[in-house]
Parts: sequence; structure tokens; C-alpha cells
Amino acid sequence: MTISGVALLAICTLLGAFLGDWLGAMLGVKANVGGVGIAMVMLIAARLWLARTKRLSSGLKFGVQFWGALYIPIVVAMAANQNVVSAMESGPLVLVAATAAVVVCFIAVAVFNRLGGPVETMDEIEAREALERELIT
Amino acid sequence: MIGPMIAHVLQANALLTAFAFVGLVMWLSAAISKYLTIGRIHGSAIAIMLGLALAFVGGAITGGKSGLADIPMLSGIGLMGGGMLRDFAIVATAFEVDVDKARNAGLVGALALCLGTVLPFMVGVAAAISFGYRDAVSLTTIGAGAITYIVGPVTGAALGASSAVIALSIATGVFKAVLVMIGTPLLARFVGLDNPRSAMVFGGLMGTVSGVSGGLAATDRRLVPYGALTATFHTGLGCLVAPSILYLIVRALVGA
Repeated sequence: MTISGVALLAICTLLGAFLGDWLGAMLGVKANVGGVGIAMVMLIAARLWLARTKRLSSGLKFGVQFWGALYIPIVVAMAANQNVVSAMESGPLVLVAATAAVVVCFIAVAVFNRLGGPVETMDEIEAREALERELIT
Repeated sequence: MIGPMIAHVLQANALLTAFAFVGLVMWLSAAISKYLTIGRIHGSAIAIMLGLALAFVGGAITGGKSGLADIPMLSGIGLMGGGMLRDFAIVATAFEVDVDKARNAGLVGALALCLGTVLPFMVGVAAAISFGYRDAVSLTTIGAGAITYIVGPVTGAALGASSAVIALSIATGVFKAVLVMIGTPLLARFVGLDNPRSAMVFGGLMGTVSGVSGGLAATDRRLVPYGALTATFHTGLGCLVAPSILYLIVRALVGA
């Protein structure tokens, strides 16, 4: 049933929100500590359990996936709700933060790949696979 | 006579009006992506930028604090993009995560993911400090925005950041995604993006799924699934650690 998927999603989200609030209270911060992330972990666990016990029906999947598919439009609506007029007063912070983050990450990728040593490139993999196919036939 | 009747129907069914309106924005963004940027910039990034631009217009017209949602006819945007449906939809995306495939990414992917969360966060926090922000909630929210445009607002909402700071974090994340889309094909050779392993490292470090898949598609189509594999974990990891561990660290360093 489709509603079981929607209900499962709702239960995970509610439990995550509760645990996040509870964690916040335990740690003495007035905030929801990682509630969305906790809910995601629970949903993944629920999916694995349902799949193992053969209870993952297509209706259930649809109930969850429908909401997952709506997430970009919902994020667009969220963006359209923000107080952008007053955010603009912070000027170029957005440009500085984003550009610096991207530059640092690109450098990290380069360092990673240099340290990792040589590996087969995509072209070499395809050439090898083509050769193997030829040898078989 | 017709005008007020239409306005009444739109206001009485505010959430449906919001669905129709956002659908129109998404459709327009897909068209802009396809025809004006030749698919180089992902439609979703354009849609979010349009959303922010519309929020600016709404705020400028009404003088309110909730962007487009302050226009009575579009008040449903507030419900559609509010905390409840947003968390609901974001949690739903975790359903697609394939745990078996995650094991294939292995240690390198996991390491790249962790660095990809912590490095941009630190850069974002440093940028926010240099622009005069001093409170832990704002710093964490802007830092989280530098991870991805989802982690930023999720973190901001959880910590109770102001709408202006949340808007900044979304804009930072979207701009990062656009930079990744445009920059990847240009820098691919320099960072060694020609094999599956480097694509997985790249996906883990850059994070933004739209940025990574758009950028890799423009570089070498065959690398997209490898980059997306690690990038899909990025938002989940960010939503888990940014409003918890990272916030507590920032709070311990700067005080509440």
C-alpha cells in the first residue's frame, strides 16, 4: 500500500525530529541536533530490514519515492521564502565562501589523486575490456 | 468580477497554487538550462537561483521577511517550502541510497567524503567570520551552506538561525554547485579526473550531486555514476554532522 510508505517516512521523520530535540536537550543546546540525518539513517535501516524480510512492496516504495522526487521543487519553494532582501546586505560573502570552498576542494582532489599513485584510466579500462572481449570470441 | 474570483480560488487553495507556481518555475528553469546554457548548468540549480531571486522581489514589494510567501496569493509557498515538508522530502531521498554500492567506494571514498564535509565547512565559517559574523548558530549555518545548499538550510532551521542567514547559506551552496558544474571540465586534467577512483574522490569532496553530475557529464560521461555514488552520501552525512558535532565544535570555540 502506498500509505504504508508515506507512513514509514512520516514515522522516521518524526522520530528523527524527536531524537534530535532530545539530543539537543541532553547536550544543553537549544537546537535540533542532527534530527534529519538520524531520520535518514533510520529510513535506510528500515528499507534494508523490509527488503530482507521480503516486505518491500512496490506500493510502499512509491509512497516514499514520490516525496523524494519532490525534494528539489520543495527546496525551490523554501528558497523563495527566505529573507533575501536582508541577506543581500551581507554583500559578497556568498561569492567568497563558495569560491574558496570550491578551490580548496579541487586542490584536495588533486592531492588525493597524486598521493594515490597511478591507476587505470577510463580509456585504458575500455581498451582492455575490448581486448578481452576479442580474445573470448 | 472574473479577477477577484480567480484571486479567491488561488488564495483558498494556497498549497495547490504553490504546487502550480513552483512547477512553472521548474519548467522554465529546465528550458533555460537546455537552451541558454546548453545543459551546462543543471536545471535544479537555476530553479533555486530563480527561487532566491523571486524571494528578493517578494521581499522588495511587500517589505516582509518571508519572500514570496508574503504575497497573499502565494502564501502556500510558505507551507510547501516550510520546515515540515522540507524535512519530509529530504529524508525520503535517503531511500535511494544503496548500501552495497557504498562498500564499493571503500576507504578512499569515505575519506574523501569526510574531508568534503569538513573542508568546505571550515572555509565557510572562516568567510563568515571575516564578514563579521560571531555567533555560533550563524557561523555553523553559513559553513553548512558551503557543504551543500541542502545541508545549509537544514542546519539553519535545526539551530534556529535567522532567515537572512539561511538565505545566505542556500545562495552559497547553489553558487558552489554552479562553480563545480562550470569548473570541472576546465580543471579535469589538472586534478587527474580520468579514472573511476578519482571520480569517486571528486564526488565525495565536492558533494553537491547536481554540481558533480553536471560537471562530470561535461568532462567524461562515463565517470558520472562513480562521482554520483559518493556524492549521494554527502547531503546525508552533512545533515547528520553539521547541526551536531560541527555546531558543538564551533560553539565551544566561539561561545554561544
